[in-house]
Amino acid sequence: MWKWLHPYASPEKAYQLSTTLFPWFAVLGFSLTLIGTIWGLMFAPTDYQQGDSYRIIFIHVPAASMSMSVYVGMAIASFIGMVWQLKLADWSAAAMAPVGAVMTFIALITGSFWGKPMWGAWWVWDARLTSELILLFLYLGVIALYASFEDKVVAARAAGILAIVGVINIPIIKYSVDWWNSLHQGSTIKITEKSAITNDMLYPLLMNIFGFGLLIGAIVIMRFKAEIIARSGMRPWVKTMALEGENK
Amino acid sequence: MDKSNQLSYCRGFFTVLKRDVAIALRQRGDIFNPLLFFIMVITLFPLGIGPEPNTLARIAPGIIWVAALLSAMLSLERLFKADFNDGTLEQMLLSPQPLTILVLAKVLAHWILTGLPLVLISPLLALLLNLDHQAYLALVLTLLLGTPVLSLLGAIGVALTVGLNKGGVLLSLLILPLYIPILIFATSAIDAAGMSLPYDGQLAIIAAMLAGSLTMAPFAIGAALKVSTN
Amino acid sequence: MSQPVSTNVLLTADNLTCIREERVLFDELSFSVNAGDIIQIEGPNGAGKTSLLRILTGLSRPYDGRVCFQNQPIDQVSDEFRQALLYLGHKAGVKPELTAKKNLEVHLTLNGYENADLLAILSEVNLSGFEDSLAGHLSAGQHRRTSLARLWHTNAKIWILDEPFTAIDKRGVEHLENKFLKHADQGGCVILTSHQDLSVIPAERLKTIRLDAQED
Repeated sequence: MWKWLHPYASPEKAYQLSTTLFPWFAVLGFSLTLIGTIWGLMFAPTDYQQGDSYRIIFIHVPAASMSMSVYVGMAIASFIGMVWQLKLADWSAAAMAPVGAVMTFIALITGSFWGKPMWGAWWVWDARLTSELILLFLYLGVIALYASFEDKVVAARAAGILAIVGVINIPIIKYSVDWWNSLHQGSTIKITEKSAITNDMLYPLLMNIFGFGLLIGAIVIMRFKAEIIARSGMRPWVKTMALEGENK
Repeated sequence: MDKSNQLSYCRGFFTVLKRDVAIALRQRGDIFNPLLFFIMVITLFPLGIGPEPNTLARIAPGIIWVAALLSAMLSLERLFKADFNDGTLEQMLLSPQPLTILVLAKVLAHWILTGLPLVLISPLLALLLNLDHQAYLALVLTLLLGTPVLSLLGAIGVALTVGLNKGGVLLSLLILPLYIPILIFATSAIDAAGMSLPYDGQLAIIAAMLAGSLTMAPFAIGAALKVSTN
Repeated sequence: MSQPVSTNVLLTADNLTCIREERVLFDELSFSVNAGDIIQIEGPNGAGKTSLLRILTGLSRPYDGRVCFQNQPIDQVSDEFRQALLYLGHKAGVKPELTAKKNLEVHLTLNGYENADLLAILSEVNLSGFEDSLAGHLSAGQHRRTSLARLWHTNAKIWILDEPFTAIDKRGVEHLENKFLKHADQGGCVILTSHQDLSVIPAERLKTIRLDAQED
């Protein structure tokens, strides 16, 4: 009965809440990312081993960590949508999928840019890059499934199930790829020796991770609002809102 | 008026199993086509790579398993399609039997008809690819434990797409990433066997995946079918 | 919401809203079905008749609102509800690769009925002599009858039938209507859609729910 009690289970309330939250996420996320990126790219010290090419971590690491978090977030939202039959949770998961896919893509591209000076090749079958590539496939599967259904309410439920199945499989895939990599790899340079990072590098990195998170939050909220409007375009409250907007 | 009304899950399971086998025996093409596909894909590789025995032996585990993945996926495509089109799937969803049991029966029937023949014919194909003879047992064992996992995981994707008119390509996008762990452990077990190394660790992991997917996949398949018949 | 709570309410629709492909088919539809009711759902093509029936069975999920079985939401009492429900959809639910007899047997076994007299049931729907023909070789009407045979062996109280008279001849329709009346008299209920007028069931027994697609 949670569904009937929960005040934000109605699309209208969720829309209003999203409108309130959006500026906070957007402004905070944008400023954190801006400061973190400028600090990281221009003021953080040069790495004594990798020179300036390490600076790509200020984009790569936040994108990679977000790619994973967004998938987990999507699966959690889908799970809520499935168990409590909450359409809004399904829709929020649908709003997350493309954003997560873009983050995964950024992580892959920056990883490959980083690999060029480190390994001398644009692509190597490194365990983390391979897992990231498979994660991208999982995202694309969810997006493709969502796009295939005419009825988007059903589409969001179907995509949600796939996201849940995917999130159960992610640790297994990650483990098997790591194991496969250790089996076949001769020698790779381990590029993240986490212990060696100085505070001057760590702070802008953390700022960017939070900044990316908030920015993604803002984009997801925006997409979620669009999703609500698209799904409930024929409901009276949307019409009232549109008319009010015109009169202003 | 009152009819004897006793639910037996066991009977439900075997009714669906027997029904699916009976239907498949009337349409034998559904059984043989995936098998033929499996054999043909494997014959393509020596033609594309060259007949050098050592090269073939080196890549044989990967080839056989990739071919098994593809043929499992192609044959699965029809798992729920006919039932969806003629309305028997809705009747199953509405029957008082637990959906997971009926789904499990359908997947098992499908595996007996398409997965098992693949396991049985695999030594012959290993022979064609010049696989080390000590790896034969590992090949058969990995296929025996692994192909049911392929059926169970694949059935989730099939259940999600059964209501759509676009089949194959979308299906492969959904389920091939989920097949990666099985591929990795199975081929590595065969490789290890070929080098006379122990491979029971890999087998245990595949068995664990089988246990995991046996318990969890039916719920996902059931949920997916409910969405597809919406 | 303020339906009179009586003990013989079988099925309640509570503020059902159905939206398909961004079109509102019906909005905040409420009604209840009592034991003894025969309800015909009317409306033009595309008005959402089939959608409504599928929502009532629990196959489809409404956009909003809920369906209750004996005043409890159907997804909470789904086991009891599925025992009490018999749904014959637009698609007959008959396997063309199996015989008429085998089709009926599979259906009855899955619903927990054992040792039913299959031949007697099939003769009720005029399929004597066709028991062992493959359903795929039967005519459209006989195909439909194979599926309708289920009505003659069931404990289900709630019958939800989508166009049960499709491809059935006049005598067959009368036979079915009599079966519905008998079922309603014995404390069951029938919810159906039909394009043809009912001839046997008297108008005062028949309740109708009219769906009109909202155009705006």
